[in-house]
Amino acid sequence: MALDMRAGVGAAMLLAAAGCVTINIYFPAAAAEKAADRIIEEVWQLREGQRAPAEPGAGTAPGAPAAEGAKP
Amino acid sequence: MRSFRWVGMVLMVLAALLPIAAPAQGNLDIDSPAITALRASMQQRHAQLAPLYAAGAVGLAGDGTVAIRDASGVPLAQRAQVNGLVAAENADRVALYREIARANGHPEWEADVRRTFAQRWIERAQAGWWVQAGGNWVRK
Repeated sequence: MALDMRAGVGAAMLLAAAGCVTINIYFPAAAAEKAADRIIEEVWQLREGQRAPAEPGAGTAPGAPAAEGAKP
Repeated sequence: MRSFRWVGMVLMVLAALLPIAAPAQGNLDIDSPAITALRASMQQRHAQLAPLYAAGAVGLAGDGTVAIRDASGVPLAQRAQVNGLVAAENADRVALYREIARANGHPEWEADVRRTFAQRWIERAQAGWWVQAGGNWVRK
């Protein structure tokens, strides 16, 4: 009897674990939007809040990851 | 008593699984060497593409790429160069979408990443640029 219960609890927990893993395969849309915005701001140089393209040549160093923390 | 220990073990297994699920809730990794190189390459190219967006010669397509919209304003001698720019930009963009999906352990996300970027490029395009909406070119 105790063994049956243990098996039942175990099965339920394994199901829950499988559920956790299953959730993970869904595409994280919000995170992807955030990532897209970060890259778009960098490529189009929108970081300073000005929408006009930055002066050519004097732009930020290509892909400087240090400057990424400061998001407007 | 023994059954409690058993439950404890199962809980430990569950706890061990949590970190696997966690990254999907936070940020996507966009800092792999391949992605960093693509970002730099696209940023450099943007200096040449920006005037073409503003002139309406090149627009932002609905599929996350850029496309020639109206080359009539581009001098004949420069059209090959514009074609080359568009081709190079699109190669980088497609590679970027693939690399983001791959860097996050889900190559099958490539199409979703691309769709997300397509929306965001268009959403954040500057006033006066041309973007594709439902297959038609629209001026923002």
